[in-house]
Amino acid sequence: MTDIAPSGDSPLFDPTQGKPAPATPLTPRRRGLVIGASDGLGAELARKLAREGYSLALLARRKDKLEALCNEINSSVNEKRALAYVHDVAEYEKTPTLLRKIVSDLGGLDLVVFVAGVNYPPGGIDKFNFENDRKMIAVNLIGALAWLHPISEMFQSAKAGQIVGISSVAGDRGRVGNPGYNTSKAGLTTYLEALRNRLTRHGVNVLTVKPGFLKTEMLKAALGATPFAIEPSKAADDILKAMKKRKQAIYTASIWRWIMLAIQHTPSVIFRKLSF
Amino acid sequence: MQSNLNRYFSQLENFGHSLKASCYRIPVKTTEDIYEVFQLAKRLGLKVTARGAGISYNDASLNGGGIVMDMSGLNQIQEWDPASGVVRCESGVTLEQLWQRVEPDGWWPPVVSGTMKTTLGGCLAANVHGKNNFQVGPIGEHVVEFTATLPTGALVTCSPTKNADLFYALISGLGMLGVFTSITLKMKRIHSGLISVDAWHVPDLRRQLNGLLEHAPDHDYTVGWLDAIAGGKSLGRGQIHGARQLKEGEDPDAQKTLQLSFQHLPDRFFGVVPKSGLHYFMKPVMNNFGMRFVNMGRYVSALRAHTFRQSHAAFHFLLDYVPNWERSFGRGGLIQYQSFLPKETVEDAWREIIQLSHRNGLPSYLGVTKRHRPDKFLLTHGVDGFSLALDFKVTDRNRRRLGAMLQEFDRIVLNGGGRFYFAKNSETSAASARRFLGDETIAKFKRLKQRCDPNHLLESDLYRRVFG
Repeated sequence: MTDIAPSGDSPLFDPTQGKPAPATPLTPRRRGLVIGASDGLGAELARKLAREGYSLALLARRKDKLEALCNEINSSVNEKRALAYVHDVAEYEKTPTLLRKIVSDLGGLDLVVFVAGVNYPPGGIDKFNFENDRKMIAVNLIGALAWLHPISEMFQSAKAGQIVGISSVAGDRGRVGNPGYNTSKAGLTTYLEALRNRLTRHGVNVLTVKPGFLKTEMLKAALGATPFAIEPSKAADDILKAMKKRKQAIYTASIWRWIMLAIQHTPSVIFRKLSF
Repeated sequence: MQSNLNRYFSQLENFGHSLKASCYRIPVKTTEDIYEVFQLAKRLGLKVTARGAGISYNDASLNGGGIVMDMSGLNQIQEWDPASGVVRCESGVTLEQLWQRVEPDGWWPPVVSGTMKTTLGGCLAANVHGKNNFQVGPIGEHVVEFTATLPTGALVTCSPTKNADLFYALISGLGMLGVFTSITLKMKRIHSGLISVDAWHVPDLRRQLNGLLEHAPDHDYTVGWLDAIAGGKSLGRGQIHGARQLKEGEDPDAQKTLQLSFQHLPDRFFGVVPKSGLHYFMKPVMNNFGMRFVNMGRYVSALRAHTFRQSHAAFHFLLDYVPNWERSFGRGGLIQYQSFLPKETVEDAWREIIQLSHRNGLPSYLGVTKRHRPDKFLLTHGVDGFSLALDFKVTDRNRRRLGAMLQEFDRIVLNGGGRFYFAKNSETSAASARRFLGDETIAKFKRLKQRCDPNHLLESDLYRRVFG
């Protein structure tokens, strides 16, 4: 969609007020929900989707960061295009009501991007930390289920829509460093695959994104080397491109496809002895 | 009604497939269902819009992110009296159901739209007009009485003498004050299944307008086709069809022509080509180049003036003649821009509009003109003058330019004292609506809305665009 004119050229425009402008045939609008948008990849995706003409609902826990991002986006396009919702994805019972409100505020829903994810390494390859692992599963996996279940139901009924889930290369193989994180992302990858198998026949596209290392806050938590780390904006570009082509799964950076191919095919007898 | 609203989520479109909105579409069957939907919306903080056939050209029956009440299940003809010609229907009854019921008894709906797929509820909400607007006014003038459910749960019955303020506001009220449940209409007597049509060509805009004006008294219906691609001296050229009902005795075979089987639209062209697939063949010529020749060909074939008889259905429901013709406009769909101008300013305004479309390289592929008269409904589009409906193809590339051009059109129309019709134009801004309706009308409409719908449950995308 290249032909979207910013309509709010009024000098009275206040980016913190109001709702997105209604769509008309000549100013069409798609509506997207980004869960986990306050910084890193989520924020970059939000900026780029807004530039593509999406009206956006942005969800994150941190109010100040989220509102700053919304203001930045709305000012840059000079109209109300991003709305902020403070929310912790682990508060599952709040999801249905909030989702209903978001769909109403946006005036519909065409896209959801689940980016929310936390990474709490146990602190060594011989350490276990149940509390950290439980939190990761609660956010990365069950948080996704809480949001994507009802949205899948809606998209299936509408026979339209696009779901993008940000999983990780970490879900492709269980490794010594961070079993809880591996498990949460492996679960998410499998969940997204199951959604794809359910929804493709109803005209809904489900895209699984497996980033390698991204230069974000989360990278600081990683132990050891972080090869092929890319800027989140590069990853966001890759994702947008894949969305437009309605792809099913991508790695970003794309080199991870080959690396993970090798890793996935490494025999267990060798893999067991590796220390990453 | 299911408790899980997610399963009602639907992607709905306008008639021209140029606008999509995802809404919770809930089918209703009874007035109790309607009330239940209002209660649900209130509880969940959602807005509600009623949708009949869903074939407005714009966002009148869309409610993105909210509830769309599908009225098509409320489709019983409750009472038909062939002696008096009075019919009482549920609001989801279509014009198709209606004429097929009354025609064999020698009656015809007093006002019909260009398609028979519209529902009576939708017709009243937009207060539709037909090709006989200059003679008989919009459909609202033929409503004996209606019952509507208000969002408060109240059931009101209105007629020109009972609850008259609501009668004149709910009809034309875009479904924003209440939801029609039952409608009583007076039909018009016909003495034949045929209608006598005079067709003649008009070489320019002035004669197009004169043709509609001067020949109007001799005809019950008039409609003009305008070649919106022709410019220069030929600007505004086209063809006028004037039709009159046959009087008693004029059709010796009236018994036969009044039969339903006589009225059916043919489903094949020349008896061979099935019409259901015809829009695929129209698609390749739906561009500036192709349509120039189509319009030219049509004009040349119109040069011979002639008079003929055709069935009522064939004369009235031109939009149903080629099923899914709107699909031929391609992926971006189509929009219609219709302007209503007083007879004093119409010629200059239309000339400017058509020339502007040529300068922008965005000509309309189909132009239709009609003669109108004013009426006393609150959100009326009626004028003592003419209307011109222009169809435009929408593409990803032309959206921005087309949008800017239509804003220019609005300026021309408003400067000429013109009006717009809420079933058609999709880009009318709140400022434009305020200018043609006037502050007083809008204030009165809002006061009635406050009275009928104090919780503001009824809202459509159209309402938010124009009154929001």
